Amino acid sequence: MTTTVETIPTKSRRNTELLLLLFAVAIVLFAWVDTEMANRGAVPAGLVAIGGGLLTLVVLFNLVLRWKASYADPLLLPIATLLNGLGLVMIHRLDLAAGDYGFDGDAFRQLIWTGVSIVVAGAVLWFLRDHRTLRRYTYTAMAAGVLLLVLPLVPGLGSEQFGSRIWIRLGSYSFQPGEIAKIALAIFFAGYLVQARDVLSLAGRKVLGFTFPRGRDLGPIMVAWLISVAVLVFEKDLGSSLLFFGLFVAMLYVATERVSWIAIGLVLFAAGAYTAYLLFPHLQRRVMLWLDPFSAASLEQSDQLAKGIMGMAAGGLFGTGLGKGRPWLVSMAESDFILPSLAEELGLTGVFAILVLYGLFVQRGLRTALGVRDGFGKLLALGLAFSVALQVFVVIGGVTRVIPLTGLTTPFMSLGGSALLANWSITALLLRISDQARRPVPEGDGLHAIPRRRHTASVAADTQAVSRP
Amino acid sequence: MNAPILRMSRLVGALFALLLISATIIQFVQAPSLRARSDNHRTMLDNFSRDRGSILVGETAIAVSKPSEGELAFLRTYPQGALYSHITGYYGHIFGAQGGLELTDDDLLSGSSDALFYKRIADLLTGKKPTGASLQLTINAKAQAAADKALGNQRGAVVAIDPRTGAILAMVSHPQYDPNTLSTHDGAAARVAGEALNVDPTRPLVNRAIGGNLYPPGSVFKLVTAATALSSGAVTETTQIPGPAVMDLPQTTVGLPNHDGKSCGPGDLTTLQHALEISCNTAFGWIGLKVGPDALRDQAAKFGFGESLRIPMRVSPSTFPAAPNAPQTAQSAIGQYDVRVTPLEVAMVTAAIANRGIVMRPYLVHQVIGANLEILDSTTPEQLSQAISPEVAAIVGRMMVAVVEQGTGKAARISGVAVAGKTGTAQQGNGLPPHAWFTSFAPADNPQIAVAVVVEDGGNAGEEAAGGRLAGPIAKAVMEAVISR
Repeated sequence: MTTTVETIPTKSRRNTELLLLLFAVAIVLFAWVDTEMANRGAVPAGLVAIGGGLLTLVVLFNLVLRWKASYADPLLLPIATLLNGLGLVMIHRLDLAAGDYGFDGDAFRQLIWTGVSIVVAGAVLWFLRDHRTLRRYTYTAMAAGVLLLVLPLVPGLGSEQFGSRIWIRLGSYSFQPGEIAKIALAIFFAGYLVQARDVLSLAGRKVLGFTFPRGRDLGPIMVAWLISVAVLVFEKDLGSSLLFFGLFVAMLYVATERVSWIAIGLVLFAAGAYTAYLLFPHLQRRVMLWLDPFSAASLEQSDQLAKGIMGMAAGGLFGTGLGKGRPWLVSMAESDFILPSLAEELGLTGVFAILVLYGLFVQRGLRTALGVRDGFGKLLALGLAFSVALQVFVVIGGVTRVIPLTGLTTPFMSLGGSALLANWSITALLLRISDQARRPVPEGDGLHAIPRRRHTASVAADTQAVSRP
Repeated sequence: MNAPILRMSRLVGALFALLLISATIIQFVQAPSLRARSDNHRTMLDNFSRDRGSILVGETAIAVSKPSEGELAFLRTYPQGALYSHITGYYGHIFGAQGGLELTDDDLLSGSSDALFYKRIADLLTGKKPTGASLQLTINAKAQAAADKALGNQRGAVVAIDPRTGAILAMVSHPQYDPNTLSTHDGAAARVAGEALNVDPTRPLVNRAIGGNLYPPGSVFKLVTAATALSSGAVTETTQIPGPAVMDLPQTTVGLPNHDGKSCGPGDLTTLQHALEISCNTAFGWIGLKVGPDALRDQAAKFGFGESLRIPMRVSPSTFPAAPNAPQTAQSAIGQYDVRVTPLEVAMVTAAIANRGIVMRPYLVHQVIGANLEILDSTTPEQLSQAISPEVAAIVGRMMVAVVEQGTGKAARISGVAVAGKTGTAQQGNGLPPHAWFTSFAPADNPQIAVAVVVEDGGNAGEEAAGGRLAGPIAKAVMEAVISR
């Protein structure tokens, strides 16, 4: 790999970002007013206070970026703001339907969490000056990730809700540690793979045109597979299991550039999923519901999916309008089924808009992975962006019957503080990495001192020709 | 590492494309069929958010949607309770639209009918909430009330039609049910009420006037047999025909007896007129064999047997056996064996006799009325068939007057009005008491109403007068309600 580096000056685009942020906040406030007008016939009383608060937060974030990461990607923050805001509006809309108008509603808690999450994301940008610092904590991240994963299994701490044991309960607060574990594991995978990629990619023998790894190099993928199987078996959470394993295989493939890892991953996943299907009745029910949610046998188990689909159908192309549909008829309308809720009221048009926003967010993350020069940053950005994409696919594919329904939160939109905190942290990390991806490199390079230079050779090898956005 | 990142990017693009496709399938391709699903709760709530049209008898609403608090914006109420239950049916969020007109004219009442298309466009343009159309019925409230009261706590049915038009003036089926118990917004109570009605052995949900298991007509079918005989020219009013106490049935050892075990006339001979007056089984059995099953079946079909009618509720077709042998033909000629009728069909036979042989298509909805009281549709009376010639109709009508004047139907006499009628006592052949029948029209010289009454398991076995005694006064009460105006 060559080390030709372009020197075309890149614009910081912070003003573009500010404009898009104003636009995102305006859309959210307009949607809120629309909902209130449809439900209560009045402009919400807290419009100025809450709207102003939200605006202040994101403008402050823009200022933090100007100061601490001036070349960060200009689209990530406005997209996160818009998705988060639309989720808030829908949660508030469901509160209204349930008769919770004020501080006792879910939307208020979600609003607090939004504020906390944005502040945390700002703090991450403020204190984390260089994402490569995280590489020092590769094995700490692994320990934290695995600990967070198994935390719900601790008696007295973990709690089982809706058939999955993925929550921990502290007093009246419940928390889904898996959301945070996702980030920790992405850091660990990136740190581990950037170090082990040479071994994992070079050795092996060729079979049928594919280079397959040596038996002893299969260790890591087997461990990842066993952990995700353990999550599936002990926490009964197909969604998280699929997410962790998919994340690992994707990062492994990108690190080694060997398709055989994907083949091995798919075989392992298929074997695990099929065995689990045979062993666990609740997975068999999920598959039955997926194949025909309207059959008598399915409806006897759960009418959630059928009702969600009928809600989407009720929305049609243009939706009933915010506040004018009946999204509350579906259980979990504010979390797993928030997309059908939005689909009912905003129509297919709204669904397309939301999916395009997610798609853009992921593409900006992948663009960052392409642009950043160090292998750790590439893998981390890829992992974080792909985890969002996979999560969107699993949860929205579940409610639209592309795949069996599994419980996962819809990034930025579902009710739930831990998920919001995790997704904003992902945004902050991507912003941090993208700042380095887009930052013009002075002639001669060598500017970016890497904290620990143990892998100088491989870092240099990672530095590639890049074309900047 | 950039090449695999680009490939991952393409993979993500493909995954998102799948999501876009599946959302399009649900929200665009399958949306109409998903919305039309009967178990679609939202569609049901949409229906309940609309002001459903009323069902009117005269000026009175017998089914009306009243504004209601809560999730369902309107409560369907039936101010007359059970009286019109089989006509209106019921409409509630648990069971949907069921039973009578609520089911058959759901699209008009809900406002979703294609017939209301231009009205809907107008509503859309003027921003008005869409409303359903109302149905003005042909029912005569007095006749309906009289039929209900006269039938009392007996099981059975009463149908009255205007022979000139086919307009249904009364339609009562006992036992009834209170549709309010099924339309209530208290879902649990509605389910309990529905379950109780479903398991009730007397089957209150069945409209016996037009459906259910159908009845053997017994001697009221002799009107059809007499019409066949006269139309074929086999006999005249005064031809001497055999009428012994017991008729020898070919191919069997059992005979066909008269209800009183007596001969129908001196020398075992009688006339058609006398045979009808006293409901002589042997004479009609003889006629049946003489004209044959095909002639009887053809004549029955001309009166409407075998016809799939909608009034707009579906009427079960009445049937005459397909290929009876000789003894079965004789039995069929007196309305036994496998002849099965609805009370509405019997009323149609009588109405045709009253209306110069012309059968009018029966109907229940007089007009469809829009929300602004504009008439959207009006039913035009329609001839179904010419069942018999006016001459034969006149002869049978005269004979029926004699039945009421001096025969088995004296119980239906109305002072000052000539009534034409025929009794029937239908053996069930399973040890149960026979069904009592009476069918009549009045005034005989200017018919305004034709009635059919059946009282289940009513009379005493073998007693022909049971039809007249039990069912006659009910027919009389209904006729009086209409013609004494």
